[in-house]
Amino acid sequence: MSQEMTLELNEAVAESTRAAPKKRSQWLEVWHRLKRNKMAMLGLVILSVVVLAAIFADLIADYETVVIAQNLGDRLQGPSAQYWLGTDEFGRDIFARIIHGARVSLMVGVLSVAIAIALGGSLGAVAGYYGGKLDNYIMRVMDIFLAVPSILLAIAIVSALGANLMNLMFAIAISSVPTYARVVRASVLTVRDQEFIEAARAIGASDARIIFRHIIPNCLSPVIVQGALGVAGAILSTAGLSFIGLGIQPPEPEWGAMLSGGRQYLRHAWHVTTFPGLTIMITILALNLLGDGLRDALDPRLKH
Amino acid sequence: MHRFIVKRLLLLIPVLLGVSLLVFAIMSFTPGDPAQLILGENAPPEAVAELREEMGLNDLFVLRYARFVGNAVMGDLGQSYTSGRDVFDEIFSRFPNTLILAALGVIIAVLIGIPVGIISATRQYSMIDSGSMIFALLGVSMPNFWLGLMMILLFSVNLGWVPSGGYSDWSSLIMPAITLGTGSAAIITRMTRSSMLEVIRQDYIRTARAKGVAENVVINQHALKNALIPVITVIGLQFGYLLGGAVLTETVFSWPGVGRMMVDAIRQKDAPTVLGTVVFLATTFSLVNLMVDLLYGFVDPRIKSQYA
Repeated sequence: MSQEMTLELNEAVAESTRAAPKKRSQWLEVWHRLKRNKMAMLGLVILSVVVLAAIFADLIADYETVVIAQNLGDRLQGPSAQYWLGTDEFGRDIFARIIHGARVSLMVGVLSVAIAIALGGSLGAVAGYYGGKLDNYIMRVMDIFLAVPSILLAIAIVSALGANLMNLMFAIAISSVPTYARVVRASVLTVRDQEFIEAARAIGASDARIIFRHIIPNCLSPVIVQGALGVAGAILSTAGLSFIGLGIQPPEPEWGAMLSGGRQYLRHAWHVTTFPGLTIMITILALNLLGDGLRDALDPRLKH
Repeated sequence: MHRFIVKRLLLLIPVLLGVSLLVFAIMSFTPGDPAQLILGENAPPEAVAELREEMGLNDLFVLRYARFVGNAVMGDLGQSYTSGRDVFDEIFSRFPNTLILAALGVIIAVLIGIPVGIISATRQYSMIDSGSMIFALLGVSMPNFWLGLMMILLFSVNLGWVPSGGYSDWSSLIMPAITLGTGSAAIITRMTRSSMLEVIRQDYIRTARAKGVAENVVINQHALKNALIPVITVIGLQFGYLLGGAVLTETVFSWPGVGRMMVDAIRQKDAPTVLGTVVFLATTFSLVNLMVDLLYGFVDPRIKSQYA
């Protein structure tokens, strides 16, 4: 191939990868389709409220004086004008604790899923792209992780490393790595043999460039859907682990830990366990609605 | 088919070795001296050192792991650090409790999920369909330990109908089984509905209808057979998941199962029990998954022919 031709080809490729407006319109179209889905929009609205509550938690209630300070004179009070959702066994305002708890849940949810996508996604992409022995090794290791129910694996990791925020996030991330590895590998396999990849390889693009520039962008849809549902799963796992004492430690407010604290007072103070649980359910519901909506919006078969 | 079974069983060996190595490594690098734990905090250092030697805790990691695997193969998972009881015996005395709970949970889930899924699919976009889909969505969104607590609040504390925990008679099974089954019921409902919707749009269903076959026969015989294939997988996977993942439900209801045994062992830093329960639950989970795959071959002739 003459140098001139290579240059020309390179330019052509650069042109095609530079076609940003078209790409943006693709995502815009997904957004339009999502917008038509009322349930997904409901999920998005609920989720936005939770996110805003988490961001502005300090404006709603002060952490030191309201959220963790004990006020034993007012313990286990029912919902009232002063305490909207009542108080817990230490006289703390449950509403304020739920608002601050949103920070922990969202952070663990989003970060653990991000870690899991980064790790699992890379492993899956490598396995799917190179195939053969490497694929076999990686996926067999993933099978080992999948042989343990993820909650069990997370419990084992946290119990060994110690219960704190970082370990919790790490444990939840590790236990969901195989899921993302599988999802990404499956979609890489379908993209890998298409002509545009062959074309990229023909003009001498490196493996890394092909994987990151061409393959991964085309495998995003299933990962986005799985990610939205994964955040829901991670929030549930966080609550579950905290519930059995392996997650966030008191006095820090966390929804699952709040539930666990109220367990002993079920007989006298129903609100202590009811409201944090309702909050978890509504948040998870919102994420599930959004996840389902994204799946439909991103599915080209359902375009019309 | 036999070759397939043997191959899959052989594949189980590296998986179980991997799981046990993972947990064994995590447990042995955890701070805390088992010998100290057994003898108590005030034990003289010489006694602790002696016990360490006796237990082989000073040996190389590889050696200790090899010993664990060797013993485990012979059905010896060691003794609990806290109670001194044989871990293997303890697991097997508790396993029936976990099994009965998981089985009941799955039965409840199937009895609710399949009929509701079929009705939803055959009346797509009707009130019944929307209603059941909302319930299914709530079912998957609810933390099951919270559902358990809410049921205790209503049926034990307020109404006093059933005991709030423990295992005394059949009535103590009701709430844990429902708690455990709800999430699965929701998943099975959604799966049955979508699978059914896909099947009833196919040509052979139109042919059956065109021939004048009664609608309920078309649905219950022609369509259901094919629609249930993916559902069966989900049911099997749910059963495995409930066996291995009933930890939270067992904790809420103080259920004397393997999951609760594990949680208690973690709190007491009882490494042999933790290791034993995790490896045991992982083995059951993998075996159930293997059975699901085999079952899949039996119900779907297309897959069966691949293994022939």
